[in-house]
Amino acid sequence: MSIQNHMRLEFLSKSQNEAFARVVVASFAAQLDPTIEELADVKTAVSEAVTNAIIHGYEDKIGNVIIECSIQDNKIEIMIIDHGKGIDDVEEARQPLYTSKPELERSGMGFTVMETFMDEVEIQSLKDVGTKIRMVKRFESR
Amino acid sequence: MRLSFENINKGLVIKLDGELDHHTAEEIRDEIDREIEHYGAKNIIFDLSGMNFMDSSGIGVIIGRYKKVSKMGGEVAVVNINSRVERIFKMSGLFNIVKRFESKTQAVDSL
Repeated sequence: MSIQNHMRLEFLSKSQNEAFARVVVASFAAQLDPTIEELADVKTAVSEAVTNAIIHGYEDKIGNVIIECSIQDNKIEIMIIDHGKGIDDVEEARQPLYTSKPELERSGMGFTVMETFMDEVEIQSLKDVGTKIRMVKRFESR
Repeated sequence: MRLSFENINKGLVIKLDGELDHHTAEEIRDEIDREIEHYGAKNIIFDLSGMNFMDSSGIGVIIGRYKKVSKMGGEVAVVNINSRVERIFKMSGLFNIVKRFESKTQAVDSL
């Protein structure tokens, strides 16, 4: 099956861009006529993934966060990519309530939220190379 | 994110209007803590009627404030929570430490 639409977005890993990123992805997803609830699921998952890239990927440094979205039939695939420090142990990071930064009042629920709101979540990470989160959402309303 | 504070009977009502994510969490955390200290508030009540987005960064903000007031024997409550935010509260088990009421007067009277 061929991809029917695609977009790529690149921005600095500044926390102000978390709201920008989730609004852009939601606007792109809107062409699939999602329900308000489905769109909110996407916004929340994107917010979590971008926040991870900013806080954990780049920590105190500034780098680029890349988002690529593809639409195929009733589904959207969203990739969130950073070239930061990578996740040491992906399985550990996926556990509910796990956080590498408890001192920052991080709840450790980011990946749990992504997994709850999206149909598929895959994480690829390599130390000092970066992290790629791939998420898929199918819109049932179509 | 806009914050407004109302002090009712040792209870501090904190109204959050806007979107609560990692960025806005960093902005409001210190201001909330200053107001808790300024009013000498024992209990805090979050009024979420104007909060139209929250991700897991919001969980951290609520837990952080819970730790602060519970040390002094205080409690944390929420009012006017919408179904989206409720889902995130349930997912993270926040209702185990945060009470939920129908209105802020009910919350102030019950805490």
